Amino acid sequence: MATPYTLNQYPWWKYLLIGLVILWGLIFALPNLFGEDPAVQISGARANIAIDPAFRNRVAALLDAEKLPHKRLELEADRLLIRFADPEEQLKVADVLKDRLGRDYIVALNLASSEPGFLRALGLSPMYLGLDLRGGVHFLMQVDMDATIKQVENSYVEDVRAQLRAEKVLYTSVGRAANGGIRVEFKDGAERDKAAQVLHKQLPGLQQSEPDPLSLRLTLGEPEIREKRDFALQQNITTLRNRVNELGVAEPIIQQQGNDRIVVQLPGVQDTARAKEILGATATLEFRLADEENDWAQAAATGRIPLNSRLYKDREGRPVLLQKRVMLTGDSIVDAASGLDQQSGGPAVFVTLDGKGAKRFEDATKDNIGKRMGVVFIENKTETKRVDGELKKTAYTVEEVINVATIRDRLGRRFQITGLDSTREARDLALLLRAGALASPIEIIEERTVGPSAGKENIAQGFRAAMVSLLVIAAFMVGRYRWFGVIATAALAANVVLIVAALSMLQATLTLPGIAGIVLTMGMAVDANVLIYERIREELRNGNSPQAAIHAGFDRAFDTIIDSNLTTLIAAIMLFGFGTGPIKGFAVTLSIGILTSMFTAVTGSRALVNFIYGGRKLQKLAV
Amino acid sequence: MASMWRLNLYNTNIDFLHWRKLAMGWSIAVLLIALGSLLIRGMNLGLDFTGGTVIEVQYPESVEIPMVRETLAKAGFDNAQAQHFGTSRDVLIRIPPHDQRNAATLSNEVLRALQDAKGGAGATLARAEYVGPQVGQELVEQGGLAALGALAGILIYVMFRFEWRLAVGTIAATVHDVIFTVGWFSLFQLEFDLTVLAAVLAVIGYSVNDTVVVLDRIRENFRKRRKGSVVEIMNRSINETLSRTLMTSLATLLSVIVLYFLGGTVMHGFSIAMIVGILVGTYSSIYIASASALYLGISREDLLPRAKEAVDERP
Repeated sequence: MATPYTLNQYPWWKYLLIGLVILWGLIFALPNLFGEDPAVQISGARANIAIDPAFRNRVAALLDAEKLPHKRLELEADRLLIRFADPEEQLKVADVLKDRLGRDYIVALNLASSEPGFLRALGLSPMYLGLDLRGGVHFLMQVDMDATIKQVENSYVEDVRAQLRAEKVLYTSVGRAANGGIRVEFKDGAERDKAAQVLHKQLPGLQQSEPDPLSLRLTLGEPEIREKRDFALQQNITTLRNRVNELGVAEPIIQQQGNDRIVVQLPGVQDTARAKEILGATATLEFRLADEENDWAQAAATGRIPLNSRLYKDREGRPVLLQKRVMLTGDSIVDAASGLDQQSGGPAVFVTLDGKGAKRFEDATKDNIGKRMGVVFIENKTETKRVDGELKKTAYTVEEVINVATIRDRLGRRFQITGLDSTREARDLALLLRAGALASPIEIIEERTVGPSAGKENIAQGFRAAMVSLLVIAAFMVGRYRWFGVIATAALAANVVLIVAALSMLQATLTLPGIAGIVLTMGMAVDANVLIYERIREELRNGNSPQAAIHAGFDRAFDTIIDSNLTTLIAAIMLFGFGTGPIKGFAVTLSIGILTSMFTAVTGSRALVNFIYGGRKLQKLAV
Repeated sequence: MASMWRLNLYNTNIDFLHWRKLAMGWSIAVLLIALGSLLIRGMNLGLDFTGGTVIEVQYPESVEIPMVRETLAKAGFDNAQAQHFGTSRDVLIRIPPHDQRNAATLSNEVLRALQDAKGGAGATLARAEYVGPQVGQELVEQGGLAALGALAGILIYVMFRFEWRLAVGTIAATVHDVIFTVGWFSLFQLEFDLTVLAAVLAVIGYSVNDTVVVLDRIRENFRKRRKGSVVEIMNRSINETLSRTLMTSLATLLSVIVLYFLGGTVMHGFSIAMIVGILVGTYSSIYIASASALYLGISREDLLPRAKEAVDERP
């Protein structure tokens, strides 16, 4: 049994360890002290557009020529950041640059942390603020999967018809059944059995059932349905990503949520009307034969375009001359996937067409073997621009040739595009082909917009509430427990630092409810200290010496502290599991706060108590 | 004032359980009122759960609500409700879900209509929310699941930690607090949205936290003191933990009150739920938990360490 004199003393390494944890917290929390600069961020609209020192000089010269004030330009890995002293300069420069740099560059408004360079070099960054604190738009979109499946079934109807006709099976009708699936009707059972065999062989993906003797019901198999749903979702995500780039948002989030939903978060976007306009734009594809009789470069240089042709540009800006007649449009595409060509081993894109499209394409390609064919990607967009102080909406289309390939064979339902330079190119092409395919309908089912000034106000209010709450609790604790109250307050302050550090390190999103979580944790964190101090008082009253009372107080209160914190943690975790959006932020700060408070209120305050009182002869204890 | 700070709640010897019948009766009556209100008046569910559109607009100068209503009616938003929000320059507009012209662009149309009207030139959008009906339905389900999950998780934990009668007492106290808080929102028709739901879950955590401390002491005293009836020991334990219960409640209450006054209008519902929850949670951890265990017939033997534990505890 230890004597009271050696009670309440920590070995030096324990102090060191606690000191290190607090130091870690201070360092990680540090970037949050510096605030943010309004900034304009420029990045390339495509991978091949370089953001290099030359570009930086170009922008700098442009800003100087226009006499536009700015703090400084920073060249980063793939973006150029221009910092400003006030938001008005930022808006002006963004407008000018959008105009001057054209569509090759994405000019976005951003808030750049003004933490000093050495902190950034260490990989430290401030907390990530949620949309309710920084302003912006949150959309939750739902892909209409029923419509998607309907589209697939409709395309199969054509296939079934074609197959039956090819095998000379007599049927009376083929169509989509009202309750889903495809229904084929026959005059007699023998024809039906023949059809069943043909379809089983040719379209093995369809499951057959026989609702009555003279008809056949075909339904999509579970794997195919899953595949189509996934395809529809990925297609929409790809399209949305392209659109958001267009919108010029500094740190957009586009994520799948659940089976059929997509979350789009656009920080800093204020004009939701425009955001919706752009997100809702449509894309299509056209396959056209190349004009082989004329020189493309010459046509582009002279501006003399042959009568039956149109001049396009490819993604690198080189001229391409294609015939006016369209062979096939994007809504015939059922799937496009990148992979490797089995013969050459080179990168390839595998395209699947629906029945009607396949037939059209077969007819169009069979006489043109050996000729070249171009794929045009067409986007219908609207742009709102300020002209003479008034907002004007203009609609425009962007057409771009994404691939030119030689037709090697008569192309039908499935074909492949080879001769691509890299797997990356194959992947990009497949993405674009999918984006231009018949789109699954998508609908906004949730929107949350917070104006930028409202966001600022929310931060200010949250910060003030947290500070005042800290002060009030400090006053309360010091009033009740004197020096021990000071220690509890120090532990509480350390707790706030640790919460901020943890949020910064995890880059978890801080929301307004998240701040409420921090404030609530402050109230609950002192609970541990209250438990300990009340216990110490009790032990003193029971006639124990001050040192023994301190020891017993910390010791006995520990189990209770664990119990009471764990139960709150369970509630917080449930909230995290089921909660959405801002509520998750509350659950995150509450959980982190509970964990850090166990450390600061128990270990941290114990260390302080030991440091101050440990090993001393105490007659009285002011608790 | 100073005397309050030095108040020695330890020396109190209040016969809390003497009033257990009264407390139980009172609690049951209040719960019946809460449940009755939930049945008859229902909840004033917020946008998160009902679906619909909410738009918060800030004017450069103060604005009259009837004018805003007129503008909205003229623009075809007959079902729109408008009210001041915080200051006379802020206006909150609600549009119920059944009135969805193209729902997703509604907020833009409303803002444009207000800006075009007289005196609305400088109006800016502070916040706009649209929740589709299917999302609202899901949020109701998820919220209910979260509350049930939290209760179940805590029940399992408390069952492991304590004897079953005390565990049931804890859950009874917690359910009591949740019904009371939710009933409060129903009775006064305060808006119940996602942040309030978060507060209710936090109340669950807090209420159990508060109760567990009292139960810990009851268990400790049963093992330590050989003399005294069950009621005496329970009373003793409640008295011993009374100052802690009150101090912690006060500290948490203070921080939530600060949040109510300084956290902005968005946090009002949250803070009210927390304030109500903390007050009723403090009461229930003193009365409901131990009284319930008592009614379930808890005895000293139930809390004495089992043989195996006794061996473990030997030094």
